[in-house]
Amino acid sequence: MATTTIPSPRSGKVKYSRNRGSGSSFEMLAWLFMRLSGVVLVVLIFGHLFVNLMAGDGIHAIDFGFVAGKWASPFWQVWDLAMLWLAMLHGTNGVRTIINDYAERNGTRLTLKTVLYIASFVILVLGTLVIFTFDPCPAGAVTDLPSFCPAP
Amino acid sequence: MPTKPAGTLYRGREGQWSWVGHRITGVVIFFFLLVHVLDTSLVRVSPEAYTAVIGAYKNPLMGLGEAGLVAAIVFHAYNGLRIIAVDFWKNGPKYQRQLLWGVLGLWVITMVPFLIRHLSIVFSPITGGH
Repeated sequence: MATTTIPSPRSGKVKYSRNRGSGSSFEMLAWLFMRLSGVVLVVLIFGHLFVNLMAGDGIHAIDFGFVAGKWASPFWQVWDLAMLWLAMLHGTNGVRTIINDYAERNGTRLTLKTVLYIASFVILVLGTLVIFTFDPCPAGAVTDLPSFCPAP
Repeated sequence: MPTKPAGTLYRGREGQWSWVGHRITGVVIFFFLLVHVLDTSLVRVSPEAYTAVIGAYKNPLMGLGEAGLVAAIVFHAYNGLRIIAVDFWKNGPKYQRQLLWGVLGLWVITMVPFLIRHLSIVFSPITGGH
């Protein structure tokens, strides 16, 4: 019995007659990014929640000294920076998808996405600056300082 | 003649409800994330400002909110892994319903110890001084 070979849909031999798209692979890359960042975020956020809410005194232990103690280590700086960027891009792309799905008027979609991108940009820049410019022993501060700061 | 459409856009059942749950938890987590970066940024204002605002997270009402937030995160995380399995594992689409029951089972297994630990901290008096 002779077998008929059906060309793979993505082999280039098949021409779709609808939805040829813009030729840009942006949406495919966004789809892939959601899955790749998602896997990494599960590890980063579960670790974050365990260390901040379950270990030690849990949420009662969180104050300025707690944050300063963590960010004294490059390990937690990199951890939190990666978490910030991946979570913000993952969340922004998720909300972008939801806006595209539910906002039917062109103007509404444009407005909502503009607000979304501005908010995300501001939060990303702010968060990144905070991690990189953080001073665990600010001059003049006296309360809640980590134990490694020189006595005021 | 049917009085309402026999089949609508949504197929219903586990697949649709997990999709709805994923969207709702995703939006909730995103808005918390915006606020959480802002409150953490207070460490650049002063230790007093940060510790005062983070103190609001320690009252029991906020503690219950945190429990709800973690519940949303854990569901979104496990269901996200289910979506990856449906997309990349060859038997994923066939077993997507069973995978959802796995997600819910793991969610319970994760949330029970978390809630015991977190709520016992939240509802115990703040001891010691910082």
